[in-house]
Amino acid sequence: MDYHRPNHIPTPEEEAAQERSEFLMLKWFAVLAVIVVVMTALVFGTRIGRDMRTEPAPTPARAPAPAAAAPAPVASPAPAPAAPAPAPAGTAQRAAFAPPPADRIPDGPMGEVIRRGEQLFLHTSAQAKGFVGNALNCVNCHLDAGRLADSAPLWGAYTQYPAYRSKTKSVDTFSERLRGCFMYSMNGKAPPDGHEVLVALEAYAYWMSKGAPVGEKLPGAGYPKLSPPAQKADYQRGQAVFDAKCALCHGADGQGQRSAGAQVFPPLWGPQSYNWGAGMHEIDKAAGFIKANMPLGLGNSLSEQEAWDVATYINSHERPQDPRFTGDIAATRRQFHDSEFSLYGVSVNGKLLGQGTAGAR
Amino acid sequence: MMIRLFRQRPIAMGATGATVATGATAATGARCLLLALLAASAAAHAQGNAGHADAGKAIASQGLPPAVAACASCHGAQGEGMAGFPPLAGQGADYLRSQLEAFADGSRGSPVMAPIAKGLKPQDRADVAAYFASLPSGIAAAPASPDPKDAGAWLALRGRMADGIPACASCHGPNGGGVGGHFPAIAKLDASYMQAQVDGWKSGSRGPGPLGLMAAVAKRLSAQDIEAVARHYAATAARQPQGGAAQ
Repeated sequence: MDYHRPNHIPTPEEEAAQERSEFLMLKWFAVLAVIVVVMTALVFGTRIGRDMRTEPAPTPARAPAPAAAAPAPVASPAPAPAAPAPAPAGTAQRAAFAPPPADRIPDGPMGEVIRRGEQLFLHTSAQAKGFVGNALNCVNCHLDAGRLADSAPLWGAYTQYPAYRSKTKSVDTFSERLRGCFMYSMNGKAPPDGHEVLVALEAYAYWMSKGAPVGEKLPGAGYPKLSPPAQKADYQRGQAVFDAKCALCHGADGQGQRSAGAQVFPPLWGPQSYNWGAGMHEIDKAAGFIKANMPLGLGNSLSEQEAWDVATYINSHERPQDPRFTGDIAATRRQFHDSEFSLYGVSVNGKLLGQGTAGAR
Repeated sequence: MMIRLFRQRPIAMGATGATVATGATAATGARCLLLALLAASAAAHAQGNAGHADAGKAIASQGLPPAVAACASCHGAQGEGMAGFPPLAGQGADYLRSQLEAFADGSRGSPVMAPIAKGLKPQDRADVAAYFASLPSGIAAAPASPDPKDAGAWLALRGRMADGIPACASCHGPNGGGVGGHFPAIAKLDASYMQAQVDGWKSGSRGPGPLGLMAAVAKRLSAQDIEAVARHYAATAARQPQGGAAQ
């Protein structure tokens, strides 16, 4: 601070204050130094621990990195350097199934179609033109190109079809399920049965599911189901979580951010987001996804309550109309959204939700 | 938070320090000083948005003697960077300003930049940031899809989520050109600079940044990862003629 007043001669009072503050600063530095040492010890300790665990017997599945994935254990009261940090609700740990390595897509005509599916999955808006009505890509909700446990991975879905679905009240094939994604999550148009886009996506999911048991629900499939919230999920608290933890990437207006001609952070509501028919508009599904995966790179850092609250906040915003809209919001709610987890047809802050957004596409 | 502790503690001490005869006076003085500081920093923040590129250009080329050297002397005449000194051209204005503030308050440790950043008034920082943000970054378009054999390209575009490492592109943009005010361009950083930042996050000499996102990811990155990513971006720039340094 001195450089602000280089020629100022301090008074005795100021000197006394200065001395006190210098003493305090020293004290704080000492405290800080201790914290840094403890943290270093923890980081290195867990690293060494991890190396020791993984080195002698390399397991077939990739060893999880509990220490690295955990939030930094700041100022732990009783630091035990070699003890691993409290295991986060790690996704990889529970996931029994490991898909084939992402870089091992085979060559040849089958491989070509699998690769096409992978690219469609990553760049859906750009590559499935005509079938996507918003700014989203499959990978926005199915992280790591559809490979990540607890992020509704393709290997967790592919082996579950054909299945009876209450949403359609019929037995759907995997391809029919994919068509649903285009209608609702992508707010677009379902590619016709047998269309190249569907074939490629199905081929990609098939390749990724090699070795997954058919018809068995694998750990890590879908999104995690959270316990009911301790406190009723709340819009205001959710907004506070959103502003603190989500707005950095998704924007205070929830519209995401673009760069170099691509949507980098996806819009979470409004005309460019998923519509009212998408599974993600249901608060329990969104909360499960958020808890396990958001903020990106800091999965499982929010509490379950925070996940419930922020999912409620996000899904309390208007979005494109459900394509099954009957012409009447209340009737549409009765028919398709009769659930405590849907805010379609519910008034939030005096505004009736489910009116849809104009000007999609 | 640190700053708040530093500012608040002396007041509490002064107010309760009955043994100090001048305690009350000192407390009042400190409180006034604190209020003034708070007001000043609030004002700096409020006005901080409007940077003037022209004024920034003058500082960039001539500096503010004696404390502030010309930015160009280390970061290049067009902000294109030099060995060990990162490029600034085309970097987001908010990001540049926030880093100058971090150098000045010590939350990003740098013996070279600290005195320079302290020598810049808030308006100067905004001006310099606006100037460099206005220059072309020269960062090339994103490649279509990464070659799985290219570890750096794979990490940049796909990440390694099994180890909790998202793709660089998922926050820094498809071509590493940066996104918005908080996610800087990384495509033109050399490996040693990248590694120094990762080391800084690991040691704490560079503050964790927004949400601690990059500090968390940095702890999961190996030296080979950094080397590979830097090589990937350098190779991408070399492949595309328009990817060279600005002008």
